[in-house]
Amino acid sequence: MKSIPRVLAIIAVACLLMLFFFPLWEITLIAPQYPDGITMYIWINQITGDSPGTLQNINILNHYVGMKMIEPDSIPELTYFPWVVGALGVFGIIAAIANKSWLYLTWALIFLVLGALGIYDFYLWEYDYGHNLSPMAPIKVPGQSYQPPLFGSKMLLNFNAKSYPGIGGIFTGVALFLSFVAFWLKMRFTKTSVRSTT
Amino acid sequence: MNRITKIMAIIALAMTVPQGCSNNSNDGTAAKKGGAINKSSAAEKVYVAPGEYDEFYAFMSGGFSGQISVYGLPSGRLLKVVPVFSVDGEKGYGFNEETKPLLETTHGFIPWDDAHHPELSQTNGKPDGKYIFINGNNTPRVARIDLTTFETAEIIELPNAGGNHSSPFTTENSEYVVAGTRFSVPIPQTDMSIAEYKGKFKGSLSFISVDPEHGHMDIDFQVLMPGYDYDLAHGGKGKSHGWMFFTTYNTEESHTLKEVNASQNDKDYIAAINWKKAQEYIQQGKFKEMDSEYLINRYDENKHMAESIKKNKVRVLDPTECPGVVYFLPTPKSPHGVDVDPTGSYIIGNGKLNANLTVHSFDKMIQAIENESFAGEAYGIPVLNFEDVVAGTVESGGLGPLHTEFDGQGNAYTTFFISSEVVKWKLGTWEVLDRIPTYYSVGHLMIPGGDSKEPWGKYMVALNKITKDRYLPTGPELAHSAQLYDITGDKMELILDFPTIGEPHYAQAIAADLIVPNSKKIYSLEENTHPHATKSESETRVEKNGNEVHIYMTTIRSHFAPDNVEGIEVGDKVYFHVTNLEQDWDVPHGFSVMGAQTAELLIMPGQTETLLWEPKKPGVIPFYCTDFCSALHQEMQGYLRVSAKGQAPAVTATTGE
Repeated sequence: MKSIPRVLAIIAVACLLMLFFFPLWEITLIAPQYPDGITMYIWINQITGDSPGTLQNINILNHYVGMKMIEPDSIPELTYFPWVVGALGVFGIIAAIANKSWLYLTWALIFLVLGALGIYDFYLWEYDYGHNLSPMAPIKVPGQSYQPPLFGSKMLLNFNAKSYPGIGGIFTGVALFLSFVAFWLKMRFTKTSVRSTT
Repeated sequence: MNRITKIMAIIALAMTVPQGCSNNSNDGTAAKKGGAINKSSAAEKVYVAPGEYDEFYAFMSGGFSGQISVYGLPSGRLLKVVPVFSVDGEKGYGFNEETKPLLETTHGFIPWDDAHHPELSQTNGKPDGKYIFINGNNTPRVARIDLTTFETAEIIELPNAGGNHSSPFTTENSEYVVAGTRFSVPIPQTDMSIAEYKGKFKGSLSFISVDPEHGHMDIDFQVLMPGYDYDLAHGGKGKSHGWMFFTTYNTEESHTLKEVNASQNDKDYIAAINWKKAQEYIQQGKFKEMDSEYLINRYDENKHMAESIKKNKVRVLDPTECPGVVYFLPTPKSPHGVDVDPTGSYIIGNGKLNANLTVHSFDKMIQAIENESFAGEAYGIPVLNFEDVVAGTVESGGLGPLHTEFDGQGNAYTTFFISSEVVKWKLGTWEVLDRIPTYYSVGHLMIPGGDSKEPWGKYMVALNKITKDRYLPTGPELAHSAQLYDITGDKMELILDFPTIGEPHYAQAIAADLIVPNSKKIYSLEENTHPHATKSESETRVEKNGNEVHIYMTTIRSHFAPDNVEGIEVGDKVYFHVTNLEQDWDVPHGFSVMGAQTAELLIMPGQTETLLWEPKKPGVIPFYCTDFCSALHQEMQGYLRVSAKGQAPAVTATTGE
């Protein structure tokens, strides 16, 4: 029973590390001419698609309305995110080894803050792509921006843009939840043991 | 009041509808043009709802169009015309530098041929959906079309041949596709009197090997035959695998007015070729190597380019020196089609000047050969006794049988050209089960997989030679006509008419699910090894060397790079090497130049094609994209500045400057 927080923390770290194997988020564009949709996968270190040409195809569509090219090389997050995730994983392992409730809490809170910052950062990128349009764009629709939703679906001209977490993103959510559960259980076990010793 | 009017109107309508129908049948138009058709049930059978797929791909030969047209069945919708033996401006086929070599022969570049018989590649006697082969009749050739791209992948020329008609029928695993001469010729070719035909002219039967991995064709060997006309062929299957059967006519060996002179013998022959035996002789070295020039033209899918390989020799077997390779089966009345049933037991000779069908038994043939029971010989080739090999005769009641296909349920279907009908009969008992008219004068017929071991016996298509009044008239020249029949019941049922391209002779069809999963969507730009490919806009450039100009151009929605080129002079040879950088399905770009004496380029995603332009006068020449590619397609254009000889400025190539 006493090892449960520790096991949960290890499981949480394992879930978090899924980000190295699965995409964090996915954005799908659906239009009549694209019956299967075009799906872009956002990883912590790269941007891929359902075909090797996906990014090019999205960039071609975006250029009509003056959106910037999505160039993974120009997105610094993709180079430092893996380190942040790695560090968070190491912290989790340290917390599991030390098995102290304050350490679990610190870890969970940092995880929460970093997660929130990550989502905010993602929103800023989306905002920038969707609003910062070239004045030379061939198609200009007054008042129209092309920011995909953070979560859910939204019509952008003829495209229905759907934005949902990828497998890695879902695992990360589970990891965050487990990090708090680990802290909570550890806290409870500590209290009961303190009570029973007194 | 209003309501009453409505009701009256409905009653009036209900009364006119049946009246309209009965009027129609009273004047006989409907009955004459369609027979007894249940229109609504027929419509339901052929209706493929918008957005849904057909059950079968049908490949119709183009005849004198030289191409293959691809239809969906049962809808009869045209899906694609694949250019094979004829140039096609629509696709730049035979016009762009990459496909020109496909149409090269030892006679030089030939822009046309007459394509008769599509034949799907087979594995274990069943169509496998890898390739479809087709013969070029006029200048003897065989083409192979790749069914992942629906493009011509290879064309092989046949030496020592004239009129490649009995071709390209396959063996059970496409070990070979064959090619036989309909017109015998002097072999080797020589200048001689036509009147010396008899005994001096020869036929040849080519066995073209098909590489199992790449599909590459080459002539393994030719069998040198007497100077008859070799009309059609079909491979043995099951127990008769290892044999190939060819019909002959003009065993009279006449050289003029053949319609009379080649129709005198009561019986001609079906030539049975034991190709496995022939292979043994080849291995033993019992062949003659003959000087014979021919070309093999292969298209490399990664290079996006065809190359011609010249061959100089062919291995020839003389049947008189190779006993056991060829036997003749006497068959009445100038047989046209020769068809082997799905079990491989029966060989059907469709005696085209006859009322009846002759069916030979493979087992009886083997027995007669083992007994050495020969009626005689022709040019040293054993002729079997008709009575020894015949299994039965179908007393058809029709006239002019041409071709037979099978439904895999023990039934055969034979076309009768003269009596314009299809007759369904039973294998083994030879009884006629049903007959149905065709509109008009049917040549070949086709059941999906109908010449294989396992036909999909659901539909039958009649490919008619005469159209007359079937469709709205279009002046003296009419499209040919195909009819689709439902053959699942005891009675054949006409369910659809549709016009076809060129003159479809034979056709083949295959279940769509054997093709669909392998159909390519794009060519990978990464795998493009074209020597003049330009894989990104940053690599676009112009190279000028004397009067030869190479423009390395790219297309992507919605611009060319470069789109302004200066420094070209009158008298230059300008090569546009255009690479389509798109990697998305169904985004081809076209490319055309004002005044260029050639066709457009139509470049698929990831492909490189080359257009040669020789400007004749100074000026500024526009070029543009011909395939509506995007919302900004009309903007996809550019200019070429042409200066007088010696007056050109330095070469510049720009985009967006």
